Formats: sequence, C-alpha cells, structure tokens
Amino acid sequence: MSTPQEPGTPGKKTAARKTTAAGKTTAARKTTGAQSTAKTTTARKTAVARKTATTTVRKTAAKAAPAKTTTRPRTARVSASSGDAPANGSAGAATTTTTTGVADGGTGTAAAAHGGGGTDVRDREAILEVTDLQKYFPVTRGIIIRSKVGDVKAVDGLTFSLQKGETLGLVGESGCGKSTTGRLLVRLLEPTGGRVKFEGKDITHLSPSGLRPYRRDIQMIFQDPYSSLNPRHTIGTIVGAPFRIQGIQTDKGIKRSVQELLELVGLSPEHYNRYPHEFSGGQRQRIGIARALALRPKLIICDEPVSALDVSIQAQVINLLQDVQSELDLTYVFIAHDLSVVRHISNRVAVMYLGKIVELADNVDLYEHPLHPYTHALLSAVPIPDPDREKTRERILLQGDVPSPLNPPPACRFHTRCWKAQEICKTVEPPLLEIAPRHEVACHFPEERVLL
Amino acid sequence: MTDIHERPALSPTAFLDVRDLRIHFATDDGLVRAVDGLSFSVERGKSLAIVGESGSGKSVTSLGILGLYNKRNARVSGEIYLDGQELVNASPDAVRALRGKKMSMIFQDPLSSLHPYYTIGWQIEEAYRVHNNVSRQEARTRAIELLKRVGIPQPDKRVDDYPHQFSGGMRQRAMIAMSLSCNPELLIADEPTTALDVTVQAQILDLMKDLQEEYNSAIILITHDLGVVAEVADDVVVMYAGRAMEYGTAGDIFYSPEHPYTWGLLASVTRLDRERSERLQPIPGNPPSLINVPPGCPFHRRCRYEALNGGVQRVERPDLEESSPGHYVACHLPVEERRRIFRDEVATLL
Repeated sequence: MSTPQEPGTPGKKTAARKTTAAGKTTAARKTTGAQSTAKTTTARKTAVARKTATTTVRKTAAKAAPAKTTTRPRTARVSASSGDAPANGSAGAATTTTTTGVADGGTGTAAAAHGGGGTDVRDREAILEVTDLQKYFPVTRGIIIRSKVGDVKAVDGLTFSLQKGETLGLVGESGCGKSTTGRLLVRLLEPTGGRVKFEGKDITHLSPSGLRPYRRDIQMIFQDPYSSLNPRHTIGTIVGAPFRIQGIQTDKGIKRSVQELLELVGLSPEHYNRYPHEFSGGQRQRIGIARALALRPKLIICDEPVSALDVSIQAQVINLLQDVQSELDLTYVFIAHDLSVVRHISNRVAVMYLGKIVELADNVDLYEHPLHPYTHALLSAVPIPDPDREKTRERILLQGDVPSPLNPPPACRFHTRCWKAQEICKTVEPPLLEIAPRHEVACHFPEERVLL
Repeated sequence: MTDIHERPALSPTAFLDVRDLRIHFATDDGLVRAVDGLSFSVERGKSLAIVGESGSGKSVTSLGILGLYNKRNARVSGEIYLDGQELVNASPDAVRALRGKKMSMIFQDPLSSLHPYYTIGWQIEEAYRVHNNVSRQEARTRAIELLKRVGIPQPDKRVDDYPHQFSGGMRQRAMIAMSLSCNPELLIADEPTTALDVTVQAQILDLMKDLQEEYNSAIILITHDLGVVAEVADDVVVMYAGRAMEYGTAGDIFYSPEHPYTWGLLASVTRLDRERSERLQPIPGNPPSLINVPPGCPFHRRCRYEALNGGVQRVERPDLEESSPGHYVACHLPVEERRRIFRDEVATLL
C-alpha cells in the first residue's frame, strides 16, 4: 500500500530524510495509536514551564469526577441522543440553494452546512487559531558527526482559524505539507515556529503531560485502516483504549460504552471481541472513527480518511462522518487530495502548495470562483465522469513536477509552473490577502475563472 | 437477444478477443474464483476500461492476458486471442516472446515495479534488447529517444539516473517508456495514475492518448476511477466478483446504464460537475469474498431492486445479454423495467 502523503518528504529522498520520516511515523503511531503521549520519550522541557494553571485544574477535576459531564458540557453517553446536536430540520432545506457570489454569503454557507446544523457556523466562536505555523525538518549529513545541511520546509507560515462546528478542507498535491499540518494540529509533531491556540489556550509547545487533557478534545482519524489498528488487539481493546489511558470511568462501564460507540458507527456490538483482520477496509475505518469518537472530542483531524477505500465504501464513510458531526457537534479538519470529496464535506477549503496556503475560501467561492492559478490547474485536472463533457472541457496542463521543499523557489513558490508568472513573481512574495469577503488568495495576478 | 458466449467474436476486427475467461486459484481457504467467465474484445486504436472495486478481479484479468500467473496453483480456462493467436493454451515460451513486444503492461506503483539497483536507462534497454538483436549502444539510443518521447527533460542525462532520483510522475513516465520500447500493439495499464496527483494524472493520461494516436495501439485501462474512464475509454466493462455486470460503450455506461451495480457506482461518487448533494448514495454492504461468492446473481445482497425479481436472483446466475446493439447487461430485471427504473429513479440521483 503506497501512501502518497509522506510528510515532508516529497520526491527524491536522501537516506537521512528517509530515517526521519520513518521515525516520525512510528512515533506518531505509538502516541495516537494508544491515544496517549505518556510514552513519548522526547522531553520538551520548555513546554513544562508553560503548563497553565487552567490545565491543571481541568485535569484534577476530571480525575475527581468520573462522570465527564461535570467538566464539560457534553454528555458522556454515546447513545444517539440528539440533545446536544444542533437543530437538524432547517439544514435540509438550506442545502439546495444555488445562489453563489461573494456578496450573497449567507446562503452560500448554508449550502455548505450539509446537515451540520441550521445555524451559520461563521457566527460561532473560534475553536482553533493557527498563526504563522511552521515546521522545518532538518536534513543532516554524516553518521557520527552530524551536520545540518538544510531544512525541508514542510509547513512554512500557515495562518487560519476554525469555527466550532465547521469543516475545513485541506487540499494539495503530495508533499505540499497537508499531512504535516494535520500532525502539528494534533501535536504529534512540535511546530518549529508559530502558534496553535485551541479554545483560546496556546498548545504550541505544551509538554506531553500538559497535552494530555487536550488529547480528549483533539483526535485524529488516519488514512490507512490496515496499519492504524493493532492486529493483536481486539476491537474492544482498541476502541476502549482511550478510556483506559485517560482513566475515565463511564456510567455503564467501558465495555458498554465501547459497544454503544460501535453501534454509533454502524458496527454491531457483537464485534467487541473480534480482531481487525476479520474486518474489511470500510469496517476498519469505522473502528478508527469509533476510537476517535470515544472521548467525545471537539476537533477531529481526518487525514485522508477515505482515500484507501473503494468508491461505494467511501460514500458510506463520508455519510457516517457527516452524521456523527451533526450528532456530536464536531469540528473537522479534512485533509484529502481528492477535490470532489473535499467539496462535498467542507464548509471552507484551503489549497496548499509547497507548505503555504495559496487560496482559502468558502466552499462555493473556491469551487465556483477560484482565483489562484494553481487552484485553476487543480480543478481542471480532476476528471469528471461524463465522457461528452470530458472531451470539450478546458484543461490546464501544468509543466513538470512540484519543486523540492528543500529548496523551494523564491518569492511566489508557484512561479516556476505558472503560466501567468512575471518578473514580480520571482522577486516579491505575494501575501495571503482577503481580496473578496472571506476569500483569501496569495497571488499577484488573481483572476476569476469558471472551470466547472 | 444473443448470448455473448455463442457468438464467434464480438467484432471481426477485434485485436484482442477474450472469451469466457476463468482464472481460479486454489488456496488453503478454498477456491478463489478471481475471474469467472469474462468476455470482451478490443480493437486497434481503441481503449477499453475495466472498472470495479478492489477484489473484483480486474488486475487478475490483466495478468491472465499476459500469462503472468503461477501455473501451479492457478487454473485458467477460456480463450484469449491476440491478433488471432490463442494464448491460454500456448506454451510459456510463445507467450514470453509476445510479452513486452506485442503486448506490454504499465503497473500501478512505479516505485515498486522499477528495480532500485539499476538505472532507468538500463531497465528500458533490457526490455528492448530481449526482443531485438541490437548492441548496447543502439539500445541506449532507443532508451533516450523513448524518455524524450514521454516528456522527461534532459533525457540524455536522466537516462543514467536511478529510480529514486525520479519523482512519482517521472517514474510513471519511465514505466510507460519501458512498456513502449518495442512498439507494443496492446498496452495494458493497471491503475496507471492511482498513485499520482491529479495534475500529474492529467499529464500521464494526455501522454497515453497521444501515444495511442501515434502507434494505433489497443489499450486496456484498469481503474476504479470513473472520471478517468470517462476521459480515456471507448468501451467499458463493469466488473463485480470476477464477472462482467455490464459491458458497452462509454456512452452506454455513463448515459444509459442498465445494471443496478453501475447505478450504484455512478451515484456513490462525489462529482465536481454536479450541484453539491446533501448526502451521497452509497451501495449498502461490502463486496463479497471471491472464495464465497453468493449463489445466483453475485450482487443480489447489495441490490436495491432485488425484491423485484421474486427470488430468481438468489438461485440463478444472470447471463450477460445484449439489451441494445453492443450493450450487454447481466441482470434478471426485464429490459423495460431496467430502463424505467433508470429513467424515473436513478437518473435524478446522478
């Protein structure tokens, strides 16, 4: 199984980089696989000092009161109670709207709110604020005497915020840094620079123990359902691990809670004692989702959750993700390379190229009024299942490959492949500017183009 | 209505004609019926797409045509005619002489299909020298020429690079160069763009179309991406559990599909060219195991219209029958009923 998204290592690989990438993934598996950071060996001394008073208070409160309800407003029960789900009724009516246009924003997002709730997610408070986020992976040479010879700038200055209840899609080609971004947001990786604020609290450099309370709130769903479940553990152990690691007692015991979770994701409670190899890819992905949902997180990072699945199963899993989102009031960061899947599930979409966001806009704006030439190229490259339209469709063919992030082009990183590039693109880096309401683009010559 | 198995050949001009191909593997768990009675044909200069989910037997079909199966545990029956020559019962040496020369293959994952130890140039030369009595120097000239043709910049320098020095898209171009080295008349591409990004996919598909025009070769494209099918294919076989569920022109499959499985596939994909829908319409359940294919119609347990057949679908396997010229469907539902359901119920969902 080839994973197109090897974080930070696109294209050519030196031996040194290969090892870092491998080390990273194992570390990542270890931590999230067990839903814990306790085992992380890297001591992050600086972060200890930053542990805020509130974190400690929250932690003790959670320990003192077994029922999670005391520490957080959500219920600890897993049943299909729609108590905390936003009103669903109006969503259906709102989605059929066809009006677009930047000025007519209200209906635009209503269409994007796909059953997520009748209220406009824009008016809700920010759950995640990311400022100038950077992650550089050092490239070293030598075995005994290691010397740094450069940096892979996997993520280089991302700024965005996420409202509660919304879904932000991150798209881009392999090697653009979207998976690294996901890992930075869950803090499986520590950022080189910038800031990540979750519900107003800075979690950028928290220590593993300082992070533990946040592990409940921020969860991750992985791409490969075959390698993200421990083959020696039963489904009960896998899905129950978060409860055990966080030391949480539920009202009816862990087993009952796990079985309710299995029902929630469309599996049967009898699957409790089975092993991962007994399940198909789609069912395994459901198990991964159940594990992510166990502690009632507020934010879930979905890293290519459906790209390893067949189309008919993809649709099942996408529907499930949407259902649990509206039921549990979740916020998603949805990382994918498939632009049509992202269009289906996201409220807002960020297009990344070589570690930077080149365009960030509401779903309808991005797909119907794209401004950045790279977005144009991406959209025009997606094949459409309609032979007659395929033959007449305008297609922008980009030349060459994505440049190496070890040595990205200066100024605008896209200028080497851009057909509109001029002198200024090679010397001045275009900032990410909001050139229409809620439509940010980083280009010197943005131009609207209709491609769909 | 004629049974597909009874006709002599789908078309007298067919370059490749596959008839009632069956490939079964004996395993410890039981007999895997990977391909179970598949028939199709391809003409020169045309492209046929084989679509289906993982485990539907698409890749085994392509390996079967090339004779790349283990003779000890694979049981192959049926007939494969390549330009009039039968392949299933031909000797391994005879098939080997054709493989790489008259028919060649582009594999899915270019990184694992290229040998990491040898240069790209060496690997292209090898294929050329096996089938042509030429010197190293001539083969090298040919390799550079091919790399240039598939759009590798500075081919005279890159010919001495190793696979790890190439990006994903360039590796796939190198694979294509290798498969083209002897001007094959049949090119089998097994998920050639699945591991690639969309922009690179567009480049590779474009290249394949150009090369097809230039060499007038027949292409079999194996994929699960209906968008790629729409872009490339002239004819389409929809496979499920080792069998063809529907077979027709791209127009038949995309604009008037008649099999519930094809409807399900078309309705479950997210599309950029449609208004965003509230919910996707997935096919319920999972694809069957090829060891234990349900009796009767293999799709009946997931079929939304199963009840309309009154039980026959559970015991009797439907034959692939012609519903309109060149359009074959394996379904128990009467033709009129299928057309009505598509018109009234399914078309609105797509």
